[in-house]
Amino acid sequence: MNNQRRNVLKSGSGAAILGALAAAGIIKPGVALADWNKAAFEAKSMADTLKALGTEKPAESKDVQVTGPDIAENGAVVPVGVVSTLPNTTMVAILIEKNPNALAASFMLPAGTEANVQTRVKMGQTSNIYALVKADGKFYIATKEIKVTLGGCGG
Amino acid sequence: MGKPMKIRASAKDGVTEVKVLISHDMETGQRKDANGAVIPALFITEMSATHNGKTVLSGEFGTAISKNPYLAFKFKGGAAGDKVAVSWKDNKGDSRTDEVAIG
Amino acid sequence: MPIPQKLKTLVLATVVGMTPLAATAADSAIDAINAYRELLADGNPSELVAAQGEELWKTPRGPKNATLEQCDLGLGPGVVKGASAQLPRYFKDTGRVQDLETRLMTCLQTLQGVDTKELNKARFGKGLMEEMESLVAYVVTESKGQKIKVDMRHPEMKKMYALGKTAFFYRGGSMDFSCATCHGESGKRIRLQELPDLRTHEGAAAGWGSWPAYRVSNGQFWTMQHRLNDCYRQQRFPEPIYGSDVTIALSVYLAANGNGGTVMTPGIKR
Repeated sequence: MNNQRRNVLKSGSGAAILGALAAAGIIKPGVALADWNKAAFEAKSMADTLKALGTEKPAESKDVQVTGPDIAENGAVVPVGVVSTLPNTTMVAILIEKNPNALAASFMLPAGTEANVQTRVKMGQTSNIYALVKADGKFYIATKEIKVTLGGCGG
Repeated sequence: MGKPMKIRASAKDGVTEVKVLISHDMETGQRKDANGAVIPALFITEMSATHNGKTVLSGEFGTAISKNPYLAFKFKGGAAGDKVAVSWKDNKGDSRTDEVAIG
Repeated sequence: MPIPQKLKTLVLATVVGMTPLAATAADSAIDAINAYRELLADGNPSELVAAQGEELWKTPRGPKNATLEQCDLGLGPGVVKGASAQLPRYFKDTGRVQDLETRLMTCLQTLQGVDTKELNKARFGKGLMEEMESLVAYVVTESKGQKIKVDMRHPEMKKMYALGKTAFFYRGGSMDFSCATCHGESGKRIRLQELPDLRTHEGAAAGWGSWPAYRVSNGQFWTMQHRLNDCYRQQRFPEPIYGSDVTIALSVYLAANGNGGTVMTPGIKR
């Protein structure tokens, strides 16, 4: 609970309180997502981020996949995505373990939208990327390491 | 107001694929300018996409989404001529909506 | 372009930070980088810049309140499709060899009455230069997939080629560098970036054919003038004046060496 309290105190904004309430399981995350989930986006560790997204121990699943290259030539733009073949996947999120804030993005998927969302993220260094999904109300997770190399000429 | 997005939407075998490029700096708030002053965070926090007015995707971004964000997703249905609209808003209150017809 | 075995091994050594390993593992490191580049190719943010450029092209602007739609890039007034694949070229009306950017300067001056002096200061990404970059992105997108086809018959083109070649091998600056120091030998690289040998057809086609490009490292669209300017900066040379003859000459040298190759502009670079 300490961490959630800290988030509320630090920001004091409605969104953070909603996020913290969601994290504490008082209200459903789906409702809190009506506003930007400040608590989740400002959480630093994986554990705190997962909590703020409404789960503590998501199950590892082979039906969830992080898409992306094994090596990124530049950490400023790393193509990554989430694919889930679990029925009724309603939410997907991308987390980067070693970034200052782990959560990069989350998406709500209405019925009819495929659980396949691709985007591009910044990575400060080589890290595990996590795909967190919610399917039939339960959380699942998968991971992939992406190496970030040094660039060449011209920064 | 932001600059125009590039949205491509194509329907095939009952599935519409949407690819979006958004013009946005996505400043993290962790970079410094030439004088050592912190460049304030400026990033998209929320986006949504609709098909003929019905939401097909809603997302929340943090600062780790790359400059000039790219997004690709698919939804069932959609036919040539249907409207796909994408909207975003950032942490400073700027926002933009663009629309294309499915090709 | 086939990658020499030695290079593959070196690349792997960088990735894993140790001595060379088996060739199969080296192949996979190269494959991984290529997979990364392929993933970025679709959805090149240059599209955003090109869209801006197209709007600028078609909007009446400047003291003469005219569009650029009558701009002659070498294939006749108003023809944009395929035009940059055939640049630089000798233009009769100006009596000189021009690259895309100096030709666009001519159009800005003659059609719109714009004073382009500001451009010579080469403050990339700012003011009129930002507009130039957008226009370039628009024009080069319209040549994607075409063959590099530079007409070298005119004596002025031959002169510029010779000047460009001299400039390419000219050593100077505090590091005693020339363009050829990095781009005059096959199989060279900086960290994971292969350095094309711009003396050869393959190298020049790869290099010339993929610039202008979007740089993901800084999120900027770089014109060819910007690319060349930065090469000089890295060589610790004084940076050339925007649009000056030496920059056009180098472009002629690169384009002519790459003649027959494929235009892949706008590129996307790390």
